[in-house]
Amino acid sequence: MLEQLARLGRVGIDILFHLGRAHLLLLAILGGVAALAQRPSLLIRQLYSVGVLSILIISVSGTFVGMVLGLQGHYILSQFGAEQTLGVMVAASLVRELGPVVTALLFAGRAGSALTAEIGLMKATEQLSGLEMMAVNPIKRVLTPRFLAGFLSMPLLAAIFSALGVMGGYFVGVGLLGVDDGAFWSQMQSKIDLHKDIYNGVIKSLVFGWVCTWIALFQGYEAIPTSEGVSRATTRTVVYSSFAVLGLDFVLTALMFGD
Amino acid sequence: MAIDTDPLVKIRGLRFSRGEKVIFDGVDIDIQRGKITAIMGPSGTGKTTLLKLIGGQLQPQAGTILVDGENIHRLNSRDLYRLRMRMGMLFQSGALLTDISVFDNVAYPLHEHTGLPESMIRKLVLLKLEAVGLRGARDLMPSQLSGGMARRVALARGIVLDPMIIMYDEPFTGQDPISLGVLVKLIRSLNDASRLTSIVVSHDVQETAAIADYIYLISDGKVIEHGVPEAMMNSILEWTGQFMHGLADGPVPFHYQASGLEQDLRAVDDEG
Repeated sequence: MLEQLARLGRVGIDILFHLGRAHLLLLAILGGVAALAQRPSLLIRQLYSVGVLSILIISVSGTFVGMVLGLQGHYILSQFGAEQTLGVMVAASLVRELGPVVTALLFAGRAGSALTAEIGLMKATEQLSGLEMMAVNPIKRVLTPRFLAGFLSMPLLAAIFSALGVMGGYFVGVGLLGVDDGAFWSQMQSKIDLHKDIYNGVIKSLVFGWVCTWIALFQGYEAIPTSEGVSRATTRTVVYSSFAVLGLDFVLTALMFGD
Repeated sequence: MAIDTDPLVKIRGLRFSRGEKVIFDGVDIDIQRGKITAIMGPSGTGKTTLLKLIGGQLQPQAGTILVDGENIHRLNSRDLYRLRMRMGMLFQSGALLTDISVFDNVAYPLHEHTGLPESMIRKLVLLKLEAVGLRGARDLMPSQLSGGMARRVALARGIVLDPMIIMYDEPFTGQDPISLGVLVKLIRSLNDASRLTSIVVSHDVQETAAIADYIYLISDGKVIEHGVPEAMMNSILEWTGQFMHGLADGPVPFHYQASGLEQDLRAVDDEG
């Protein structure tokens, strides 16, 4: 019985220890932001690697999610005779929820795991140590550009996801299922609010970008430098990022759209 | 010529543990200027850890490490980085940046720390690559290099800022005889030509004893013995003798600790 308690205590201490190290790493990363302004090429290269290379999966997913929303939405709304409001339904679901959340989950899987593997392997091949011995701060040089790239890419990717989703919903709703073209867009225009819906969606993606990139970089930095260690680290990145995104989504939604 | 008796690196009373494991338990080492000092010992004694301690990447629990008169663990970030610019380190795997070419790898410290014009940097890089015999490989990527070539590129990178000291972490491990010969020759000639101080961490007795001016033998966290290579080879200490001559059995036993063989065999019969 005592042994179980001791084990529980050890787990708790471990969790706190890792949370502490994660925050220390975040502080070190943020410390390098000012210096990054003098070397924009580092940031641009990471924006390409983290953001641009994610566009394909985000675009395809967004389109298909929008199309499914169109289908499902039409099916349910037509039971209440409200199928002309399909535009609002698709747009609101995407901009408020699906855009930020699904983008973040896909980002964690694609860019997050890539970041973790890259940093973990750099650590395993002593490249980070080598940079330190060359009097270059590896956190400011390697981690900060990637963090900023993830943070800035996320809202842009979510916007692409939502925009393509709306197009997908339009294609299915108006093109295939006979919803009125004018009703689709005009309802959307009047009901979707810039501040309440779109800005909140952007805030959500910024928060998710911060958290997912932070988790990915931390797991890579702390990975055990073996093949199994890196594999475990990438798994942790995707799992923890997903939990964090879904949990934070609930909290943010309650704050933003609750009473 | 007056002998410079002030060591470049002075280690006193070094104590370092990783978790429960004690790695160094009161170690004193002097690295003389202009000489090649070898740190030798069995695998796992923490020789790489020692280099990281000297470079300030790890903090000891007790003791001081003075590099050119400065206590490396008391320096603030900026002074530490300034001191590191005067130290070169050659990692076991080379630790080259894998996404840039050989040329860019060697040019990296110059781009980072000097404001030199591009033409000057090009000339310096070509000269350093020439010194290690790889000027023709300058446009290759690190993934296209063999292990020995990667180490030579890393060496060129290590000396590009003309450091006062260069540290080699197991430079001879896993090398074919020709690469070995090349590396041995390079380490010696670089040290003499540039009046460098070199620290070579290795457990390759033959190669290291051939070029070292002084050897420290470390095991179980302590310095077992130190001296010039000839003295070490003829040492009266049993442990040193076993290590330097590569004997299978001696103070470091051949058999891992176990009960008697008869007991174990009888136990098998009893079970069956």
